[in-house]
Amino acid sequence: MTDATQSLIEQVNSARAEQRHLRIVGGDSKAFMGRETTEGESLEVGRHNGIVSYEPVELVLTARAGTPLAEIEAALAEHHQMLAFEPPHFGGGATIGGTLACNQSGPARPWSGSVRDMVLGLRLINGRGEHLRFGGQVIKNVAGYDVSRLQAGALGTLGVITEVSLKVMPIPAVTLTLVQEMPADQAIAQMNRYSGLPKPLTGAFWLDGKLYLRLAGAESAVNGTAQQWGGERLEDADTLWQQLNNHQLDFFNTDRLLWRFSVNSAAPHWQPQQNWLLDWGGSQRWLSGDGDPAVMTEQAGAAGGQVSLFRGGDRQSEVSPALAPPLQKLHQRLKVAMDPDGIFNKGRLYGWM
Amino acid sequence: MTTATAENGTTDIKSDLAAEFARFLKPGCIIADQETQKPYECDGLSMYCEMPLLVVLPETVEQVQQVLRLCHQRAVPVVARGAGTGLCAGAMPHSEGVLLSLAKFNRILDIDPLARTARLQPGVRNLAISEAAWPHGLYYGPDPSSQIACSIGGNVAENSGGVHCLKYGLTVHNLLQVEMITVEGERLVIGSEGLDSGGPDLLALITGSEGLLGVITEVTVKLLPMPEKAQVVMAAFDSVQTAGEAVSAVISRGIIPAGLEMMDKHAIVAAEAFVQAGYPTEAEALLLCEVDGTQEEVQEHIQQVSELFEGMGASIRVSHDDAERALLWKGRKSAFPAVGRISPDYYCMDGTIPRGQLAPVLLAMQEMSERHGLRVANVFHAGDGNLHPLILFDANVPGEFERAEAFGGEILELCVAVGGCITGEHGVGVEKIRQMAIQFRDEEIAQFHAIKAAFDPVGTLNPGKGIPVLKNCQEYRALKPDGMQPMAHVHGSTS
Ligand SMILES: Cc1cc2nc3c(=O)[nH]c(=O)nc-3n(C[C@H](O)[C@H](O)[C@H](O)COP(=O)(O)OP(=O)(O)OC[C@H]3O[C@@H](n4cnc5c(N)ncnc54)[C@H](O)[C@@H]3O)c2cc1C
Ligand SMILES: Cc1cc2nc3c(=O)[nH]c(=O)nc-3n(C[C@H](O)[C@H](O)[C@H](O)COP(=O)(O)OP(=O)(O)OC[C@H]3O[C@@H](n4cnc5c(N)ncnc54)[C@H](O)[C@@H]3O)c2cc1C
Repeated sequence: MTDATQSLIEQVNSARAEQRHLRIVGGDSKAFMGRETTEGESLEVGRHNGIVSYEPVELVLTARAGTPLAEIEAALAEHHQMLAFEPPHFGGGATIGGTLACNQSGPARPWSGSVRDMVLGLRLINGRGEHLRFGGQVIKNVAGYDVSRLQAGALGTLGVITEVSLKVMPIPAVTLTLVQEMPADQAIAQMNRYSGLPKPLTGAFWLDGKLYLRLAGAESAVNGTAQQWGGERLEDADTLWQQLNNHQLDFFNTDRLLWRFSVNSAAPHWQPQQNWLLDWGGSQRWLSGDGDPAVMTEQAGAAGGQVSLFRGGDRQSEVSPALAPPLQKLHQRLKVAMDPDGIFNKGRLYGWM
Repeated sequence: MTTATAENGTTDIKSDLAAEFARFLKPGCIIADQETQKPYECDGLSMYCEMPLLVVLPETVEQVQQVLRLCHQRAVPVVARGAGTGLCAGAMPHSEGVLLSLAKFNRILDIDPLARTARLQPGVRNLAISEAAWPHGLYYGPDPSSQIACSIGGNVAENSGGVHCLKYGLTVHNLLQVEMITVEGERLVIGSEGLDSGGPDLLALITGSEGLLGVITEVTVKLLPMPEKAQVVMAAFDSVQTAGEAVSAVISRGIIPAGLEMMDKHAIVAAEAFVQAGYPTEAEALLLCEVDGTQEEVQEHIQQVSELFEGMGASIRVSHDDAERALLWKGRKSAFPAVGRISPDYYCMDGTIPRGQLAPVLLAMQEMSERHGLRVANVFHAGDGNLHPLILFDANVPGEFERAEAFGGEILELCVAVGGCITGEHGVGVEKIRQMAIQFRDEEIAQFHAIKAAFDPVGTLNPGKGIPVLKNCQEYRALKPDGMQPMAHVHGSTS
């Protein structure tokens, strides 16, 4: 548990004065994400770590950005609480700051919300070397712009997150996984139908002809629903959900490209001959294999969403969806508003930023 | 500049603009005369009012773009307005600007029952969304008490909450996509039909931005399945302290109620007189705790909550059917107007605090109440620590509104001091602009201005609201502070 605020600020200030670039590194577990860049010296946030405060009764935890997720989750588990957004750990070292910067959430995301949803406030060092505080430690706060949630997905291009306050949730009393066999198109319909019912669903993904459904909540509700819905009950299912979350299933373990489609959950299945994993009740669809980015973009658009090249391939080119010109202009202006000299994570998110 | 030339200048701009607007807006969509403009002079916080140059009511997105482009070219301020139920003077017009009403954008464009989404024009009323979704077994989560009237565009602009946001989140948690027109008249689509689009989360930045960053012209929201069952426990306590502790006790049990609301004695008495919900008027504090979910789950949780409250000395009543549940909520939902009947005027505050601070903060407010010589009634979202102290005053008694404001300011300072914030859901607008400096330092406020400038370089979108002008920051001085209107503009709040 160390407070490295001062040295982080100093490093930012000297980089700014000498017009050098900085590469913000948390646990470096997600180096594969975003574009490949080598520019700049690394700014190690991992050494700024530790839980600052945790009030189980308030359902609020505040931690320095470099705190490993594992440490946070262990502290929560002692009070039978958890991070409801189930962040992936990708090999173990992931930090809470990196998780927010990447906006990474796990299987429960459509039902329990994302890391962005659970952020109540944060502290951050902007490109002027100012250490700022936004939001707070209370559930509701609408004073000023929501600079905290703006950081979700920014990949550290707008500032160095130094501290995060999160809403945490009780661990559900009972969890149970059902398996139903069906092809992908039927699974999409089924996942959406089930999501529209007032039942304790907290996970739904399809792979290789099988639909996996996770129920979690009060014992009576979980068992009642399992009986109504039917399907085979899967033993030791926690491991399966963790493997899904951390990309350890065989589906992910290839040298092939990995594409992430974020689309309308009910969009019809396309290109069924390809290698798919359908998660988040149909709204996050993974495609493993080669493909023409232009065609992929068109397909994502038709399905009401976007596609990004999550892993592998040419990471010198753009890997995130292209932005319409007015939106790109706005992103550039926002970057200037937070990091006027462009010192943070140059080219990490987009080549032009 | 003399008054005469100022007026002439204003008149010229006004007639010029009206003539330009008349090229693409129907005559009925431009309001230039004072009498017809009158209903637009304020929002729900009628202590603050102002007349705009013109009110326009465009009917298409292209017209909104044209209005914005024209105003941008001439550096004329634009204030967007939804239903005008806001409580922070956010939609109060600018005296040299155009008030852009979204009232004509009142169509539900699409409901997709399978994907559980609704695509809406910004003027659609909050309750109308749920009404359209009900036949599909769905509803829209955030339910501000003003839901019969307030618009989804206004909800996005304020990041509105409601009694159910403890479990189902605020507006920001229930949005998928927003179409927004920039001050330059450019159309942006932010978000998508999927979850978590990449890049910095602009959707979150727009939500709660009080009309300072753009004009929202379309909103896609998520819909939730109607719970199988919902039941409410009403618990009467003989001390505010115990009621506050009971709130924390429920959460500690691992139960997240759908709603957890508290009222103090003044509010209980006023609400009971107004709607006869059967509230125990001798109680010092009342909790309404709603639990929803599957049949089995609700039964289990209601029993746990009831035992817990009784164990803390409360007398309880559990709703037996939806009619009884609705009645118990009716008192809470109409608590503001109810309090309006026991006092000529009231002033509603919106600070938030950590739940654990409920009891000490309520006690401190009692002390302030005596010191300022004004009564205060408390009705609030206890589960998420969002207070709504209603300060009772009479605007016709000279000096009372100033005292109410001073009292309110002190409450907000206390909220920040105990780790909370100055506004949980009503927004800053004009009203709380001075309190922003309690919560934020100059560097943070300067960062807000820089973000504002990224969207609105000239600063003509809803100027003078939301973010205070920094004294030591010359470049922002150009914006008119507009902090307070002269007292001549002040009139009663319950009218
Ligand atoms: C075994 C293994 C497998 C992996 N597989 C994948 C994979 O399949 N796909 C994939 O995308 N990634 C993968 N990753 C890496 C991954 O690069 C993510 O970056 C990671 O989840 C982020 O958490 P972190 O703390 O490790 O952040 P880092 O990886 O250190 O940083 C992630 C991003 O967030 C930014 N950031 C970190 N901390 C802060 C902060 N405090 N303030 C502002 N910005 C910050 C960084 O600049 C960077 O842009 C893998 C990593 C490992 C070790
Ligand atoms: C009796 C009563 C009870 C209330 N209860 C609650 C409650 O429980 N929870 C809660 O959160 N609020 C509550 N409110 C406050 C208010 O209803 C909300 O803030 C609501 O969201 C405002 O919506 P509106 O359409 O009336 O917006 P308006 O008052 O018209 O505008 C509010 C702000 O939004 C901006 N705006 C409006 N439309 C747009 C648009 N299309 N694009 C850009 N900016 C826009 C305006 O410029 C202004 O700054 C209550 C108000 C009253 C009077």
